Amino acid sequence: MKTHTLSLTQLAKGLRAKEYSSVELVRGFLDRIDAHQPTLNAMVTILREPALAAAQAADKDLAAGRGGPLTGLPLVHKDLFCTEGVLTTCGSHMLDNFVSPYDATVVAKLKSAGAITLAKANMDEFAMGSSNETSYFGPVRNPWNTDLVPGGSSGGSAAAVAARLIPAATATDTGGSIRQPAALCGVTGIKPTYGRVSRYGMIAFASSLDQGGVITTTAADAALLMREMSGFDPNDSTSVDIPVPDYVAGLEAPLAGMKIGLLKEFFDKGLDAENEKRIRDALAVYERLGATLKEVSLPNLPLSVPAYYVVAPAECSSNLARFDGVRFGHRAKDPRDLMDLYKRSRGEGFGAEVKRRIMTGTYVLSAGYYDAYYLKAQKVRQLIADDFKRAFGEVDVLMGPTTPTPAFPIGDKTSDPITMYLNDIYTIGANLAGLPAMSIPCGLVGGLPVGLQIVGPHFSEGRLLNAAHAFQKETDWHSRVPERFV
Amino acid sequence: MSETGWETVIGLEIHAQLATKSKIFSGSATAYGAPPNAQANLVDLGYPGVLPVLNGEAVRMAVKFGLSIGAQISRHSVFARKNYFYPDLPKGYQISQYELPIVAKGSIEIVLDDGARKVVGVTRAHLEEDAGKSLHEGLPGVSGIDLNRAGTPLVEIVSEPDMRSAKEAVAYMKKVHTLVRYLEICDGNMQEGSFRCDANVSVRKKGTEKFGTRAEIKNLNSFRFVEKAINYEVARQIDLLESGGKVVQETRLYDPDRDETRSMRSKEEANDYRYFPDPDLLPVELDEKFVETVRSTLPELPDQKAVRLSSQYGLSAYDAGVLIASRELADYYEAVVREVPKEPKLAANWVMGELAAALNKDGLEVQSGKLPAERLAGLLKRIEDQTISGKIAKEVFEAMWATGATADAIIEEKGLKQITDTSAIEKAIDEVMAKNPSQLADFRAGKDKLFGFFVGQVMKATGGKANPAQLNELLKKKLPG
Repeated sequence: MKTHTLSLTQLAKGLRAKEYSSVELVRGFLDRIDAHQPTLNAMVTILREPALAAAQAADKDLAAGRGGPLTGLPLVHKDLFCTEGVLTTCGSHMLDNFVSPYDATVVAKLKSAGAITLAKANMDEFAMGSSNETSYFGPVRNPWNTDLVPGGSSGGSAAAVAARLIPAATATDTGGSIRQPAALCGVTGIKPTYGRVSRYGMIAFASSLDQGGVITTTAADAALLMREMSGFDPNDSTSVDIPVPDYVAGLEAPLAGMKIGLLKEFFDKGLDAENEKRIRDALAVYERLGATLKEVSLPNLPLSVPAYYVVAPAECSSNLARFDGVRFGHRAKDPRDLMDLYKRSRGEGFGAEVKRRIMTGTYVLSAGYYDAYYLKAQKVRQLIADDFKRAFGEVDVLMGPTTPTPAFPIGDKTSDPITMYLNDIYTIGANLAGLPAMSIPCGLVGGLPVGLQIVGPHFSEGRLLNAAHAFQKETDWHSRVPERFV
Repeated sequence: MSETGWETVIGLEIHAQLATKSKIFSGSATAYGAPPNAQANLVDLGYPGVLPVLNGEAVRMAVKFGLSIGAQISRHSVFARKNYFYPDLPKGYQISQYELPIVAKGSIEIVLDDGARKVVGVTRAHLEEDAGKSLHEGLPGVSGIDLNRAGTPLVEIVSEPDMRSAKEAVAYMKKVHTLVRYLEICDGNMQEGSFRCDANVSVRKKGTEKFGTRAEIKNLNSFRFVEKAINYEVARQIDLLESGGKVVQETRLYDPDRDETRSMRSKEEANDYRYFPDPDLLPVELDEKFVETVRSTLPELPDQKAVRLSSQYGLSAYDAGVLIASRELADYYEAVVREVPKEPKLAANWVMGELAAALNKDGLEVQSGKLPAERLAGLLKRIEDQTISGKIAKEVFEAMWATGATADAIIEEKGLKQITDTSAIEKAIDEVMAKNPSQLADFRAGKDKLFGFFVGQVMKATGGKANPAQLNELLKKKLPG
């Protein structure tokens, strides 16, 4: 039976109906992961034996009528989620020998709900990148055209789901790292409200922006996983203690009367014309469903990229200081002294983009520059958050493109960091304001997927998933599979 | 060099380790003396992905300190990262407070040697985590890292540059030491590093407004070192300035073996700590109710206690000052007085005299329980009821200290009970007079000084047990004949 094109929700039903066993399911996906690893390079570590062992245990649970809502279902974790006893590299040479002694809260929650981890997904090094080209383990390739990037930093997660190597994968989003690769790979991605999902055990890039989420084929699957992953964690002081709604139960709410704001600043000259057409088509679908459209302006939004590229590197420069060759990770051979140990361990362990951001961050926090850069960027951040707040006084959700263009060729933008950074121009705002945001597939341009972005007020994940699900019931973009992976 | 014409300016940064059971941002224990790294969990080790969670008890203790010095308690304070690389700093940054500390301006009154009082301003007090330790001994060719101390909560108490001599600095430090122990927020153990300070020292010409360039002497962990280090540093700076040199702003270390301070690093080499608010921790928001709840747990503070002891027991300011130096000593004193309520002064003399000396000799604290207050009071009762004289009491005390027996048992066993029977004393006087006819004749011829000789002889004859007042009385009657 062909199971790889089924959604997580469908697979859960099939397992319970005994149409197939968890072992069969897991083995099938493992075989696909193995088969496409040479072309896509979506994984860093493949966990065949432990996954099959877990599947056997899951089958026993299922047979006995035990288990949680995800029992026996296969999953992949982005390789910055710490997984106990398993290599957790963060896409870096710095951690290519790091076996985590503990599970991230997200990993533990999904595990206790019954999910089985098949592999650790490739990613941009320390989640710094928009193309998955900064990974120490080589670039991930886009299943729609393997000469193209899958987006980043959660490129492995997005490519794996797009190629149906796995029905769902965890991912993280600091400036668009879930939504942008989801858009470029034609899959569904959700970045929750900052604080909705615990960051404990997520290797930090920029702590005030990082947020864990998922990449799936459908909004319904995202709801299923979000219901299990979300919630307050005593180990993460920035997680928020408000109840987690039943996202699955909320999927079918009617959209009639929903007010959709079109972000004027998103439909700018940087947006590819064909891309824009697909977005406008998607908006027409929402109008048919009873929603109304209204143009809104967030005047400070164009400042989001420069503000982000001050705040994120600043936090990263401090967060990555712990990688010093002393207690874990890469350690230079035969250091002459302490300075030599630091300099060479870090010099050898980090790639170019990570170093660039550490240096930028160190600079903007330095005495004499702090006020001009970091403090100013924080003020801009507040202005952007205020803009969003005003907009949500007028509309329920905001919609627009996720990216300016579809996927671009590998190597195309690596020499020019600014062009690369501008790829996140539409996604960064939600991170700066801590808002939940999704990207869902809404069409193809030249055979490549285009993503529709939906942004909502804090803790409106339920409404976003509901809106995405309604669209997916009307369209089939989310079930399109790149030809060679059908 | 000459110190005349110069004025010393000192400010202290005191680090007091808070007596919480677990660390400030992790659940690891804080107890001293565990094997290296036995009390370091993944958070303390700075592992990838871990996050700090604030220990509410540390907040409560810092607020308690702030309230005890009449300081403003910040309703909104923020943890910041102080970034620098060092092997015993696992995360590459120390979580501290920078722009918005939990305790703002307050003040502490000290008493100087001449009895004068002086108010020292406290600029701020903030919460932070301690670093680990680098170990070199017994590890040839490598350095070891012990992270047991990493993440231990500290409150850093920063004074204004209000002190004008090493003695003032020591008086201030002792006062803070007393205070944190009264509050039970710090064990005050200086040998284990639970209470230590950095001293900012500068000199200026008397009469000038502007401060001189300061040097910071790091990590002073005894009152004696604070005094010696500051005195050395002051002399060094005056020498330097008088010989036409300049003081450089720098960090210095005090070497107690050589009694000198040495340069550690200059301002130019100093780290740029790149402070910024820690995004992993929420700002600490305190409401009125919390602050008032903490206020209600404040004990009687040293200054209040001194005033009360003076007025309640008629003690001098000096005696009260000595007795309140530790809460345990004051409690002990009051426990003794409860047993001999009519003799508060006698009790004070014994607690500050014999007891303090004996404790000091054996290196014990009053709370060691070696001589419970009731025991000492038992001795004082026998002085009070004239069973023994003050002099005999000292002998009894020594025996009590050595054996742990009660005063009564020792008096009984050694037959030290004072002789108050007039006829027995008279009998002894008669015998002494009979044995010393020539001295008696001299006395009667006008050598008054020999009165003392007869006192001594009778005391000797009675084993020191004759009641001194009665003996005097009887001798005055009998000797003149």
